[in-house]
Order: sequence, then structure tokens, then C-alpha cells
Amino acid sequence: MIDPNPMEQSALFTYTLRLADDILILSQRLGEWCGHGPVLEEDIALTNRALDHLGEARNLLTYAGQVEGKGRSEDDLAYLRMERQYTNVKLVEQPNGDYAHTMVRSFLFDAYHLPLMQALTKSNDAQLAAIAGKSVKEATYHLRASSEWIIRFGDGTEESHQRAQAALDNLWTYTGELFETDAVLEEMTKAGISPGIAAIKESWSKTVDQVLAEATLKRPTDAFMMTGGRKGLHSEHMGFILAEMQHVTRAYPGVSW
Amino acid sequence: MSSENPNNWPLWEIFIQSKRGLDHKHVGSLHAADADMAIENARDVYTRRQEGNSIWVVKSEHIHASRPEDAESFYDPADDKVYRHPTFYTMPEGAKYI
Repeated sequence: MIDPNPMEQSALFTYTLRLADDILILSQRLGEWCGHGPVLEEDIALTNRALDHLGEARNLLTYAGQVEGKGRSEDDLAYLRMERQYTNVKLVEQPNGDYAHTMVRSFLFDAYHLPLMQALTKSNDAQLAAIAGKSVKEATYHLRASSEWIIRFGDGTEESHQRAQAALDNLWTYTGELFETDAVLEEMTKAGISPGIAAIKESWSKTVDQVLAEATLKRPTDAFMMTGGRKGLHSEHMGFILAEMQHVTRAYPGVSW
Repeated sequence: MSSENPNNWPLWEIFIQSKRGLDHKHVGSLHAADADMAIENARDVYTRRQEGNSIWVVKSEHIHASRPEDAESFYDPADDKVYRHPTFYTMPEGAKYI
């Protein structure tokens, strides 16, 4: 299972960690809504979504630990890294804002996550393919639900439309990072482990156009795109997320219940 | 929950079928803006623990109920009409699956 070529092994570790960190941090953000949802039904739906992401992150973190081969567990990787060692995109660490902001953030991610998971089921890495196979069903539902909300907000009242458009305009600058390439991704793509990112972007763009058109929202023009997350350079929000996420583990090392 | 709970969202009654071939059973109610949202909410609220494989939603206002004060005239007359039960028929010898 583990590639004997050490270069590729470390790229595989980094790649797996990136997949994991995106949904780990998004899950943590969505979890902040627990008990604060706009209506009871949405509160439950959003918590379900957060737990779906967390479940997938656990599988990926466990696998990353195995690939690394230094005995780090899913918990070690989730809770005992420093900020610069997290490789998630900045999109998922952006604050929840209002419900439109939360849903637009999830929609922009879901539209990327579903085609990525679908393509990953054909990965040359059997473990990643298996994890992706499990995620596809959940990701399908996530995209369906967030798309519905975008359409509802956009094609709803004047205020909901304006809030959804504001969220879209605010978050658009974080979407470029989803499709960045670097040496790690190139190596993974060459090895047939990662799908080509261009095809994922095409699928993402098509979904975004389709849903925004139905929602009567305007697709922002591509201008400056944020970068840095994959290298561990995060926005100012990341430290606060980690402080909340890690504080029990760090205050009571090894605690279990 | 925040206080802006939209009271203008109608109430829906939710029916879940737990297994193919069984009937849809009433499991509860929830608020939603329309039928699509009601189905998605029902999925999240009532099928999280593998309770179902099919969902029906009906606006609560479309359910008409009998009135409790009618109970005597509705149901009591059946009390002394035991002949309405099929136990008075004699079954032919050898009839199976009855």
C-alpha cells in the first residue's frame, strides 16, 4: 500500500492531509452553528453536515498517519499540529457570518468537493479511492442542499438576494486556491493518485454558473485570488479556530471519555 | 434557537417508510417553506439513524381529523356487533394462509 519511493510517500502524505484539513476545518466552522441555527430543522441539518465532514476527515487523517509511518493517530494530526502545519484552503476557515454567508461558503466548496470525490474513486491509491467512494453519497446531498439554499436566497426576497450576493462577492477571492497546482499536486496527478485539477475546475465552474443563474445571482469576475493555505499560511481567523478546537486536547493531554 | 424563528413557515406532517413494502408511518412534524425543503428537513431530522428509505410530506392543514366529541356516536355502536368480525365464518378444510 505505502509507496516505497520516499519522495512520493511524502507527497502522498501532504496530499492526503490537504484533503483532510479542508473538511476538518469546514466541519469545525459548521459546528459553531450547533444550537444557534435559524430554525430547529436547519440546526439539525447543519450539524449532520458538520459530522459528515468530520467522519470523512477522520478516515483521511488516519490514512495520512499510516502513510507518514511515524505512528501519528488521527487525533494527533487533528489536534496537535501548529497553525502553519494545517494545509486547508482559506475558504473553509472564513467566519460563518449570516446564514447566506455560511451557505455560499459551503456551496462553493461542495461544488468542488463532489466532482473531486467522484474522480478520486478512480484513484490509483486504493485507500483514497475507498474513502472517496464513501464520501460521494454525502457530498451529493451536501451540494444538493446548499444549491437549494443559494437558489432560495438569490431568488427570494430583496434582502435575501442582497445578502447572498454580498457573501458571494466576499468569498469569491478564496475560490482560486481550490484549483492551485504545485509540485505535490503535479506528482500526485502524474502518479494517477489525484485527478487532473482542470477537469474538477470545469465541473465546479459549470455547477456554479448553473446554480447562480437559477438564483439570479451574479458571478463575480475573477480578480485577485487569495493564496497560501496549502503552504500553511492562513488568514487571521485560523488561530482562533484552532484555539477552540484544540484547547481540551492540549489542556488535558491523553484524556478520554 | 434564535428568536427570528419564521412563524410564517407552514407545518408539515412527515411519514417515513422504514422498509420497501411496508406502509409509511407518521413520525412527527416540522416547519418548512415548501415541499422540497420539507423532504430535505425530514431527511435530516427523521432518517439520521437509518429509519427510512422513503419520505412522504403533507401540509398539516390538509389533514382533517374527526372530533373527539363525536367519539361516542362514531365508535361505540360497534361495541355489540361482534358478528362483523370474520370469526363467524367456518373455513373450509385445508384452506391455508388465512
